[in-house]
Amino acid sequence: MNEHGVTLLLGTITTIKVLVCSMILYVIISMIFGLMRLSKNPAIQGIATVYIEFFRGTSLLVQLFWAYYVLPFFGISLEAFTAGVVALGLNFGAYGAEIVRAGILAVPKGQWEAAHALNFTPAKRIKRIIIPQIFPIILPPAANLTVELLKATALVALVTVVDLTFEAKQINSITWLSAQCFGTALLIYYIIARFALVPFLRWLEVLAARKVGKERI
Amino acid sequence: MEMGWRWDFTIEILPQMAIATLNTILAAGVGYAIALVVGLFFLLGQRTPFKIVNWLNREIVEFIRSTPLLIQLFFVYFVLPQFGITLSAWVCGMITIGLHFGTYLSEVYRGALEGVSKTQWEACRALNFSTIYTYRRIVLPQAFPIAIPGMGNYLVGIFKDTPLLSTIGVAELFHAATAVGGYNYRYLEPYTIVGVIFLTLSIPAAMWVRKLENDVNKAQGKIKK
Repeated sequence: MNEHGVTLLLGTITTIKVLVCSMILYVIISMIFGLMRLSKNPAIQGIATVYIEFFRGTSLLVQLFWAYYVLPFFGISLEAFTAGVVALGLNFGAYGAEIVRAGILAVPKGQWEAAHALNFTPAKRIKRIIIPQIFPIILPPAANLTVELLKATALVALVTVVDLTFEAKQINSITWLSAQCFGTALLIYYIIARFALVPFLRWLEVLAARKVGKERI
Repeated sequence: MEMGWRWDFTIEILPQMAIATLNTILAAGVGYAIALVVGLFFLLGQRTPFKIVNWLNREIVEFIRSTPLLIQLFFVYFVLPQFGITLSAWVCGMITIGLHFGTYLSEVYRGALEGVSKTQWEACRALNFSTIYTYRRIVLPQAFPIAIPGMGNYLVGIFKDTPLLSTIGVAELFHAATAVGGYNYRYLEPYTIVGVIFLTLSIPAAMWVRKLENDVNKAQGKIKK
């Protein structure tokens, strides 16, 4: 098992790369579509609704395989890594958009009205009053979603991205030490989630809460 | 290779896909039933007065919840035979899904129980009701409606995770699509059909869950008045 340690480590790095890339993508997508969902223009709102329902309604694995195996039929050939990140970002963006939408709606109406009454410009209203209050609301559910994302990155192994899951499977088929290699992989995922990702997200939550003057959440 | 959508191929593979869809629904149903029961056990572990059991329970739940279902599937499927337990892919899949989502459901149960106001317990104590009677007649009838939306969401969630079972060879919808696609060397139609089938099943299901949620919220609003 020792000789495979390096392989697993390299796989872990790929997993982290996939996680970071798809995290950035999903955050951007959820903000855009979350705002679109609240638009008064029915066309924009409609597009966002269709997008969200579509990606939440079909399975992530199906979307992954579609991006990797079917898109080439339309002349779009994505590398496995790109296909994986895009599928993850689009799928989780749909879930994130709903969180963003709920977060914006959860800011009390009085805040909008007060900002209006104080004659703030619309840009200032959003930037200084609304957005700082949105973060403490959306970060806890977004943190849950991000842990789900870490777990979902395992699926990219199935479209041949050489990540931790892929390596674990590979080593398993060479050595047949199933308990050791899948057990180690599970442990690595657990350690990433418990001791890196969750503390980081918790720190963001505290930061956001402090911004609006709440010391404890 | 012919480009673009081929309807004749679509119609040719449709019956096969329909049968596989039944397997998917069956897998989701059985997995869900197991998860509902497993969730109860985790809930029990959470609420026993023994600190060690509480702690162990919490760590196990945390571990299962923060590791990927896919590797858990591989683990159960490949490791159990090493200990002399050889189970079919179906059984392994159902056990793993049951365990994985059981942890989530235990959280739903816990939230629902905590959603019942403390004064209800105190009132029952004051009226000298037994614990069993309190649960059966006072607490559970109030907790159940709170749990319904969460339970519904995880039913849809399990349904959407069933394609993972194809990786250990359970012959569900996604497995059938991959097999058909590999045999004919055409993936466009099979995978698209899978997507369409998932959409047509999960969107109504999600809408139904949302409606339930609304109903529950309304009913609880009424209680408050």
